[in-house]
Amino acid sequence: MPDESTVLSPLDADAMQNALDEALAAVAAAADLAALKAVRQAHTGERSTLALANRAIGGLPAAEKAAAGRIVGQVRGRLTGAIAAREAELEAERDARVLVDEAVDVTLPVDRRPAGARHPLETLMERVGDVFVAMGWEVAEGPEVEAEWFNFDALNFGPDHPARQMQDTFFVDPAGSGLVLRTHTSPVQARSLLERELPVYVVCPGRVFRTDALDATHTPVFHQVEGLAVDRGLTMANLKGTLDHFARAMFGPEARTRLRPSFFPFTEPSAEMDLWFPQKKGGPGWIEWGGCGMVNPNVLRSVGVDPDEYSGFAFGMGIERTLMLRHGIADMHDMVEGDVRFSEQFRAVI
Amino acid sequence: MVPLAWLGDHVELPEALTAAQLAADLVRVGLEEEAIHSGSDVTGPLVVGHVLSADQEPQKNGKTINWCQVDVGAFNALDDAGQPTVPRGIVCGAHNFGAGDHVVVALPGAVLPGPFPIAARKTYGHVSDGMICSARELGIGDDHSGIIVLSRLGLADDQTPAGADAAELLGLRDEVLEINVTPDRGYCFSMRGIAREYAHSTGARFTDHGLPTDAQRAPLAGGFPVEIDDDAPIDGVPGADRFVARIVRGVRADVPSPSWMQHRLVQAGMRPLGLAVDVTNYVMLDLGQPLHAYDLGGLAAPIVVRRAAPGEHATTLDGVDRALDPQDLLITDSPDGARGSRVLGLAGVMGGADSGVAGGTTDLLIEGAHFDPITVARTSRRHRLSSEAAKRFERGVDPQLARVAVDRVAELLVELGGGTVDETGTDVDRTTEPPTVLLDLRLPARLVGVPYTDDEVRGTLERIGCTVTDSAAGLSVQVPSWRPDLVVPVDLVEEIARLGGYDTIPSVVPAAPAGRGLTWSQRARRAVADALAAEGLVQVLSYPFVGTAQLDAMNLPAGDARRRALRLANPISEAQPLMRTDLLVTLLDTARRNVGRGQSDLALFETGLVTLPRAGAPAAPLLPGGTLPTDGQLDELAAALPDQPRHLAAVLTGLRERAGWTGPARRADHTDAFALVDVVARRLGVEVHVAAEPDRAPFHPGRCARVLAADGRVLGHAGELHPAVVAAHDLPARAVAFELDLDALLAAAPSAPVQAEAVSTFPVAKEDVALVVDAAVPAADVLAAVRDGAASSPAGDVLEDVRLFDVYVGDQVGEGRRSLAFSLRLRASDRTLTAAETAEVRNAVVATAQARFGAELRS
Repeated sequence: MPDESTVLSPLDADAMQNALDEALAAVAAAADLAALKAVRQAHTGERSTLALANRAIGGLPAAEKAAAGRIVGQVRGRLTGAIAAREAELEAERDARVLVDEAVDVTLPVDRRPAGARHPLETLMERVGDVFVAMGWEVAEGPEVEAEWFNFDALNFGPDHPARQMQDTFFVDPAGSGLVLRTHTSPVQARSLLERELPVYVVCPGRVFRTDALDATHTPVFHQVEGLAVDRGLTMANLKGTLDHFARAMFGPEARTRLRPSFFPFTEPSAEMDLWFPQKKGGPGWIEWGGCGMVNPNVLRSVGVDPDEYSGFAFGMGIERTLMLRHGIADMHDMVEGDVRFSEQFRAVI
Repeated sequence: MVPLAWLGDHVELPEALTAAQLAADLVRVGLEEEAIHSGSDVTGPLVVGHVLSADQEPQKNGKTINWCQVDVGAFNALDDAGQPTVPRGIVCGAHNFGAGDHVVVALPGAVLPGPFPIAARKTYGHVSDGMICSARELGIGDDHSGIIVLSRLGLADDQTPAGADAAELLGLRDEVLEINVTPDRGYCFSMRGIAREYAHSTGARFTDHGLPTDAQRAPLAGGFPVEIDDDAPIDGVPGADRFVARIVRGVRADVPSPSWMQHRLVQAGMRPLGLAVDVTNYVMLDLGQPLHAYDLGGLAAPIVVRRAAPGEHATTLDGVDRALDPQDLLITDSPDGARGSRVLGLAGVMGGADSGVAGGTTDLLIEGAHFDPITVARTSRRHRLSSEAAKRFERGVDPQLARVAVDRVAELLVELGGGTVDETGTDVDRTTEPPTVLLDLRLPARLVGVPYTDDEVRGTLERIGCTVTDSAAGLSVQVPSWRPDLVVPVDLVEEIARLGGYDTIPSVVPAAPAGRGLTWSQRARRAVADALAAEGLVQVLSYPFVGTAQLDAMNLPAGDARRRALRLANPISEAQPLMRTDLLVTLLDTARRNVGRGQSDLALFETGLVTLPRAGAPAAPLLPGGTLPTDGQLDELAAALPDQPRHLAAVLTGLRERAGWTGPARRADHTDAFALVDVVARRLGVEVHVAAEPDRAPFHPGRCARVLAADGRVLGHAGELHPAVVAAHDLPARAVAFELDLDALLAAAPSAPVQAEAVSTFPVAKEDVALVVDAAVPAADVLAAVRDGAASSPAGDVLEDVRLFDVYVGDQVGEGRRSLAFSLRLRASDRTLTAAETAEVRNAVVATAQARFGAELRS
């Protein structure tokens, strides 16, 4: 620290320049913020060369004060600028170092709360609903314990029709209750036509029941989706077009469908529908997907629709079967037993 | 079952037709493949052998065996020069053959049905190098009286060289296609029908062996007396409208049917039982007409076809004594002049115990009749008797076929069993013309979307056997007698589409009218399920079937409404005959299964319908199809249905949060159940509050909350499960659950869109207030007092939010009391609150709590 005897004359430009050079070198040499703080104290503090020179201005003759002030001011300006710049540099270095020091192991597990999942049968039914809603259709629902009339008679299954016996129906006690567990989602067709204004375009996803014991390919409780369109001028070509669109939406742009003659009491003509898609297990090919046909005029009459004015088509397929085909599921047990490990595979949007 | 060679009797088949190709051809017209069988289970070398010598060798056990040298051509043993010239030595126990006969030899390596592998083996002092086979050993007939001698099957010696493939000769390599016949197409339960369909598919030449000849169209009389006497037709349709009977005398009924017939019967899945029965079965499979052969000597005229009398019993062919229903149609005869007194069989379903043909029968009466499908279907169902005959009658048999089929049976019996057919016969014919259907020529195109020409429509109908004439309305179509399923115009449309090929139908997406999208409820249900999944819950589905044991495990008291469950008449399991009345009963079982499989930290939820029977609900009326029910009838249908609300339930067991490097594990507890109920309610915009519920199974009486709507309606329950319920389900201790009536929650949601309030930009003032109250006062009540107090302050309703942030029990507040600390956020919409105003709010809160509960401000 300079003492009084070494006070520089503020008018001695060379001496002042030397002092400045010395100070700037010290600033540049400051390795961290603490060192810089010491440099600042030494070169701009009360006892610093600069401060003393500044103070000395007061003792100068009036005529010299201005020149001395200018010289000291320039030196001060350059020095404080240099200090500020060095300070910014050192702060940035320090900040960067702090961030490096704060680094964590990003690979440590964070899954303390197990993730949830929807059941894929439910999300698949929602997906089916969305596909049809996008076409302007609506989603209809109905009861699972159903009147025999809605499950059979309204759909042209007479009491003695062999097809009625082939449905493996759960009947509700006591005999003569007139109630069954619905064997298909088709009663929702009849309900929709009774409840809605024509034209009707609805899909009906839901749970259905047949007296099959659970095995790899059968379950007494399963899900179907039924589609029904009743309008003026609908044809089997419209049925085919709807099924092809649906197949593409579910199984990719290359998927397509094929109709085969078949029999269902509630449709005439009737067809079985096969699906072709490239990802089929065992290689691209055809596999049975569902049943369909033109709504039987008797069904339309049962719900008060004039078959001479309106025509319609209907189709239905198993949701379990669709899920099995789409996701390569081999055994029905996994879908119905409620094991969380099954649902958990379907956390992603399907 | 379609044996290919048999089908070829009716329609020209390509030389190399395979079952797979036949299946492909038939599926195009609607006959779906079920399976393809090879004709028998015989594999390995089965060859023709020429018996060179057969030496009889008596054995110590009393038997005599034949030690045979058999020439099997290329399969002979090798001589020193390496040539197959050395006949094989074979031991055989049968004696119906001798040197010079051509027989069937199974060589070592062959496997006969059983399975019965053939190997060279030492027996009776010789090495038997193969086996000479009987029909039964090959699985092609029941005849095991002796081995097959090929010449007796009509095969000339030059057709059966030594070493030839005997499996080929016997048709054992024939493929059989099993198809699935839809219920509308009864005529396809015959080779005749399938051949016709094959012709429709491929255009192959079809010969109809089921059409009556002119002679068969002429009346037949003078035969065995038969009377059709139906005094109770169902729906006005007589139980029988055709009864043809012919007598064949002097038949050797005890001879076995020829092997070709036995072979075909076996291929078709029937057991050969003797000539008379085999022939009737064979003609049924061939033409589709169920037939019956009676022992003429045992019949007492007249045969009467009548309905059963009340209380009448009969024993059927299967030995079962059956109580008859007055709707059952019977074939009876009249012993001792008592007309119709003895039951010969249930018409079209099954013969009576002693109506059949015994071994020694020589004179037979052959019956071919036509019965009402509904009568047969009901009898078959009522007595749980499914027979080949019933299967066909239920689906409709060609009423013009009876005479043709009976004549064919008679002809075959004479040909194969000798005897003569009586010139006279019986033909009670009350059949009516098949219906005439008027078809608008535009209808096929209108429904199918393919522009069929008039000629195409006409041509297709004629190909399926219709007689088509022009009429004012379009076409007047008389359908063929074998197609009783063709009744209305759309039935004909299907034929036109089917024969035209479904693959010609274009693909055109219809333009539905603008839709409204999902309903609010549908969207809300998805949102709830997604929210619970986001909270870490896994959605599961469980069967809705339950039993009383499960209800007991839920701790449901005797009078609990949830024990009044809908009962199934035919449950999968007698232990689970009921439909669930809440979801937890099945969800807890699902939880148990998961825990049993090692997943004990569970968070499950399920949405689904529950079934709540209504007391005194009427039965659903049984109404006809095809006509719109009246409003009253629709109301009756609705009234009969049980309530089926959609519920939402969840169960959490074990850890809600696992131990990790960031903190310790946390076990799921009742607060998780309550928090999840809040998640659901908030997602639906429903304001719910809770109240202690000390008496609700399956919950812990001290840790259960009733969930209430603003109007006080109970929406469900949440809390910790009762320890006994936890134990009964083998769940980890302290499992928690909730169950909500999702439909009720949805109904409680505001129907109008949320109206937003402006967001205040004035500063917030924070105040904490700790109130000491009696420990029994529910926190919710104190919270309500805080809100009410704040609202009543002179500063106006400036309470933006309030949270309870601490509960303290201890010395500082005194015995039996607790301190509840609330954090208040105050903000006005139009000004900055002053310190005086916030003090006013604080004071008002304390004053209200004091007035309601004697609360003191904790210092």
